[in-house]
Amino acid sequence: MGEKVLMKGNEAMAEAAILAGCRHYFGYPITPQTEVAAYMAKKMPKIGGTFLQAESEIAAINMVYGVASTGKPAMTSSSSPGISLKAEGISYLAGADLPGLIVNVQRGGPGLGGIQPSQSDYFFATRGPGHGDFHVLVFAPASVQEMADLTGKAFHLAWKYRMPAMLLADGTLGQMMEPVELPEPHDAFGTDNPWATTGTNMEREHNIVNSLYLSPEELERKNIERFERYKQVEAEECLWEEYLMDDAEICVVSYGITARISKNAIAEARKEGIKVGMIRPITLWPFPNKALAAAADKVDSFLSVELNMGQMVEDIKLAIDCKKPVDFCGRVGGMIPTPDEVLDHIRALAEGGR
Amino acid sequence: MDAKRLTLFAGHYGSGKTNIALNWAYRLRDEGRAVTVADLDIVNPYFRTKDAEDDLARRGIGLIVSEYANSNVDLPALPSQIYSLVDDRSTYGVLDIGGDDRGALALGRWVPSIIAEDDYDMLFVVNKARPLTRTVEDTLEVYAEVEAACGLPFTGIVNNTNLGPETTAQTVLASMEYAESVARATGLPLKMTCVDKRLINDFAGQVDSLFPLDILELYYMQKEGM
Repeated sequence: MGEKVLMKGNEAMAEAAILAGCRHYFGYPITPQTEVAAYMAKKMPKIGGTFLQAESEIAAINMVYGVASTGKPAMTSSSSPGISLKAEGISYLAGADLPGLIVNVQRGGPGLGGIQPSQSDYFFATRGPGHGDFHVLVFAPASVQEMADLTGKAFHLAWKYRMPAMLLADGTLGQMMEPVELPEPHDAFGTDNPWATTGTNMEREHNIVNSLYLSPEELERKNIERFERYKQVEAEECLWEEYLMDDAEICVVSYGITARISKNAIAEARKEGIKVGMIRPITLWPFPNKALAAAADKVDSFLSVELNMGQMVEDIKLAIDCKKPVDFCGRVGGMIPTPDEVLDHIRALAEGGR
Repeated sequence: MDAKRLTLFAGHYGSGKTNIALNWAYRLRDEGRAVTVADLDIVNPYFRTKDAEDDLARRGIGLIVSEYANSNVDLPALPSQIYSLVDDRSTYGVLDIGGDDRGALALGRWVPSIIAEDDYDMLFVVNKARPLTRTVEDTLEVYAEVEAACGLPFTGIVNNTNLGPETTAQTVLASMEYAESVARATGLPLKMTCVDKRLINDFAGQVDSLFPLDILELYYMQKEGM
């Protein structure tokens, strides 16, 4: 770990990718993530890497596919509407069992929406952003430091499981500046990629990177194999943080920037004697089902706090088998709830429970 | 305070230009001068002078800012009133320029008038804790790019080294050699070193030309302590 620097979240993800060993970035500008591309444009040429502003988001994700086919790490970044365009390429990566990193600094939607922050791509990210049966690893950082830390983690797991990973941030996290301790340069990937198309040297069979299977039997087998791998990911790679949950009667569930707002609201509620805690999913897929199920046996109610219309609510209900009521507090369109708004919801739940 | 009619703050993205520009305007206004702030930032989508709109109005400081700032659209448009600031010599002007060469490009069209009037300070803001300006060499690269993009020569250096909420006097003191080297290499004076007002007593005369800053809560997320 080196000396601390002051970075925007977008810059921290870019630098962390470089420190993890990524030397190929492809992107297309869109607010509020353009600093990722701007940082890469400045830095990559100086270290022998590739920064390429593609002609479109679709081209950029397919360039990630191309580089990944050779076993090399590659990333792209965009914001919500741009991620929609990348959906086809993400599906192809999943279908070809290729790793890659996709950064989504979310803004308001649907459609062109707006440039202010949002978390309204929750469904899109966690259900497999594209056609077909697949998942991507989804990480939800809540600070600039975590944006740096999870970038390396996302790359590492994407390579380990040969699947795309997404960093799901929002405009506020992308734009805000905080002190960061960056990791030392490390190799998040390993060099042993026996599947990569790097030339046979006349010593082995051809490696083929492809998502088209002529035989339905083979395609079915591929899908089943992939879901066996997903089971392992769900069992081993789930990340979450528990905050003041020991005696909690109300469990706030929140991720990313809203988890920080919630923490402030929880601190205020505790001063009023309300026993409230939080489970903060750090991976949104896999979702921390076990942590929530365990909490369901102890708390009276759950409160999902998000910058969307309540997309995580159904995941919470599934995780807890609908054992307890799940309320929702959120704003949309680029609006952000204040800690007081969250506090009001917590108070109402506390009163209802008494 | 010795001030030219126009003071422009330019430099690397995220070096703290907006915060310093607003503080500079407050200082001028406190001395009883007529002041107008012009936001020429066409790069930053959030954290703008517009966040301080009410504060500026209360103090009687004019604000010229794109009507699209802080809205849901991303239009890099500049308001025509900026011409009035450059031409109206009855008011002091504080100009907040967008980051890097891309941000400075927008200033170009007013440069001939500014040079003709010849009553300006064009200040290069540096923060050693920013990852792309940690060395003198990298900083000089940004300096040259910004100057080339807008065509207005710098007249001074502003050291704004900070680590946000984790800034200590030591953070600033450890940056002085860097800031002085940038000044030496550019042949310009180190006009001032900015410090959070709350840290000012920790310096005890160790640094010349300290400029104490009110750290403006430009966004309510920061106001809420997040």
